[in-house]
Amino acid sequence: MSTSETTVRDRLLDALREREQEIADRWVRLQLEQSTLGVDLGEYELREEADLLIAALGAGLASDVPVRQLVASQHELRRTVIELSLRRARAGATPTATSLAVLSLKEALLEAVQHTTADSRELFDAAVLVNRLLDAAGALSFETYVEGREEIIQRQSNQLMELSTPVVRLWHHVLAVPLIGTLDTARTQVVMENLLQAIQDNEARVAIIDITGVPAVDTAVAQHLMHTVNAVRLMGADCVISGIRPPIAQTIAQLGIDLSTILTHSTLADALTAAVRLTDQPSVPTPHAPAGP
Amino acid sequence: MSTPHPRDGGVPILRLGDVLVTGLLNELDDKSAMAFTDELTERIVSDAARGVLIDISRLELVDSFVARMLMELTTMSRLLGARVIVAGMRPAVAITLVELGLQLTGVETALNAEAGLVALGWQRMPQPPGEAPRDSLR
Repeated sequence: MSTSETTVRDRLLDALREREQEIADRWVRLQLEQSTLGVDLGEYELREEADLLIAALGAGLASDVPVRQLVASQHELRRTVIELSLRRARAGATPTATSLAVLSLKEALLEAVQHTTADSRELFDAAVLVNRLLDAAGALSFETYVEGREEIIQRQSNQLMELSTPVVRLWHHVLAVPLIGTLDTARTQVVMENLLQAIQDNEARVAIIDITGVPAVDTAVAQHLMHTVNAVRLMGADCVISGIRPPIAQTIAQLGIDLSTILTHSTLADALTAAVRLTDQPSVPTPHAPAGP
Repeated sequence: MSTPHPRDGGVPILRLGDVLVTGLLNELDDKSAMAFTDELTERIVSDAARGVLIDISRLELVDSFVARMLMELTTMSRLLGARVIVAGMRPAVAITLVELGLQLTGVETALNAEAGLVALGWQRMPQPPGEAPRDSLR
């Protein structure tokens, strides 16, 4: 097996080197014919890509890495494939189009091998080898595309997280956090950190959490709110929750969530009035739940 | 360590009128915490204090032991007729406590030592002669 693989590999390498131009031309033409590129890549760019990839393939085949791991572990080849798919992804090509384009190189390669031998056995071996090699390349290009996408999604969700939890100063010693969107554990964490830091920086006495933009309050969300309120109280400030809409009040009551230790208001204006009144008091002892000694 | 006397290297307990002002440092082990409790309760009685301000702005970590100590101190002081205010908790500490489910029930908190003192009835002079009674701990 291994000797025959070596022979097939050598044959392929020879074909690749001898007919480099031919293969590149053929591949470019195949891609243009397919017209599934999804983007306008000029013939010149395609040709450039083809030269790079074929050179990398040649270098890979010349190394002694087994064919199965060639694309995964041969550095130059891997990088070339990744760059190719990234470039196309950025140009707006679909992942299918990109991997199909990579796979169509098979056809060009096999045609070149066909010229070097007529023996069907040898041709078959060469086809298997080419398949293995380029299937891996196609898969890699798909993977790269998905990874790139994942990265973008991750970055956007981080941005969203930061953007959606601003802490604003409404009055002397009064801060507000308008919450928009669902509260989950991660967001609660961010809100809490930002809010507590802002309380410390501004020496705030009252923090208003406005939940007008929170679509629904279930037990988990209520739990997160309670956590935030408790943390604010531990800091020595007071917490008011505002923006409770009638449907939300209904759900809270129906679910039996106990928010009785928290000062709540229906509008931000009411909450601000209450907060200003609280800060006007000369001393603000935090209204903790009375504890039995 | 015979208790009512000042601990070695411990935080001083200052008396301002009928308020005792003290703080906790980061390196708080069980033994020094016990000694602190002893000394503070003794001082509340001997100085007839009506309020105690404990600044914890230097504490970077509050575990369940310290949390319990603060709650117990509050209870003890209340029994001795003094009101305790814990001031200056760091945001990270507050988050940790909430996540651990330690709400410090019954413990009054204040944003910083100044706010705590104001809550204990300490008033800033309208025209401070010389030094204003501002704390420098913030």
